[in-house]
Amino acid sequence: MAKKESTFTNMVVTLVLVTGIAAAALGYVYDFTKAPIEAAKIKAQTEAITQVLPEFDELGTSYKVLTEAGGDSIQLFPAFKGGELVGTAISTYTRLGFSGNISIMVGIDKDGNISGYSVLDHAETPGLGSKMDTWFRNPDPAKTKQNVIGKNPETTNLTVTKDGGDIDAITASTISSRAFLDAIRRGYTAYEQKK
Amino acid sequence: MNQWKNFSKGFIKENPVFVLVLGMCPTLGVTSSAINGLGMGLATTFVLMMSNIAISLVKGVIPDKVRIPAFIVIIAAFVTVVQLLMQAFVPALYKSLGLFIPLIVVNCIVLGRAEAFASKNNPLSSALDGLGIGLGFSFALVLLGSIREVLGSGKIFNLTLYSENFVTLLFVLAPGAFIVLGYLIAIINRMKKN
Repeated sequence: MAKKESTFTNMVVTLVLVTGIAAAALGYVYDFTKAPIEAAKIKAQTEAITQVLPEFDELGTSYKVLTEAGGDSIQLFPAFKGGELVGTAISTYTRLGFSGNISIMVGIDKDGNISGYSVLDHAETPGLGSKMDTWFRNPDPAKTKQNVIGKNPETTNLTVTKDGGDIDAITASTISSRAFLDAIRRGYTAYEQKK
Repeated sequence: MNQWKNFSKGFIKENPVFVLVLGMCPTLGVTSSAINGLGMGLATTFVLMMSNIAISLVKGVIPDKVRIPAFIVIIAAFVTVVQLLMQAFVPALYKSLGLFIPLIVVNCIVLGRAEAFASKNNPLSSALDGLGIGLGFSFALVLLGSIREVLGSGKIFNLTLYSENFVTLLFVLAPGAFIVLGYLIAIINRMKKN
């Protein structure tokens, strides 16, 4: 097939056709994947909530709290068992990460203690900051200063020991540790505001 | 031209990473673990193959002067398709590759093959060329990712090989990518000489 001449009409018609077809195809795929993407997001969220809270059988209506002007609002999910509140899962975030935002799901049980956490999204350095997923829930009794599970943000100073707090930072990742604790504190502030 | 050659040249002879040294941004960026390398490689392979086929089909009707914008639109469309599909069906992998998927659009391997091969050859040869180059790219990323993961975190495909106390963290970080890539290119060049 001979190449088409690069006349003005030819060029315009070709580009319009190419972009038009591409746009139509994308619209179709977007429509097709919309439901699975939503489902995957909700599944990830429910999984995270189950992971951070004590056993529950029903999730209440979630609500949103704004902790600082200009920030994102924080979503809280109260959970009930037999009609009684067993804890609240808080989808919190920090902007202090070593590379960008970190979002964390943290659970507060009915006594106000941290019942668990799950890192939803982060871009910290693999092998350093990324250790926060396991570091702050080390059950080893000798490592109790790095474990946040079971601690009450009311009575515990949730900052790294370097800043005069009660929590041991991840080795060589003070910035990520500070960010992690910032997210937890922010979540707790939101929780307190609503109580 | 021999179809097998179209397919197989991407592995060593014209390996996009080790020989052509194209697409360095994703190569150095995502290979902190073997599984990331594999995911990125396969996503690129899909885009490369599909865009090569599409471009070789439409090459006759696209005027020369607007071929680059037309190619880019085609490539971008396939990348968005991959992105949506990954988000829908493999959300975990999508999360770890994150930013790098949209960057396939500007990966010079894809446009490079479109320009150098698909715009001059028939759809079958172009598909094989895309598949071969794509798999060569995946192979390079997995190799790089495995070496960095083993040296830097003592694991491979998340299986722990030895304790984290003995790892050299440097290899998971950016400098490690350059060091490992440099050694691999040297080894491949040496092998090609013989």
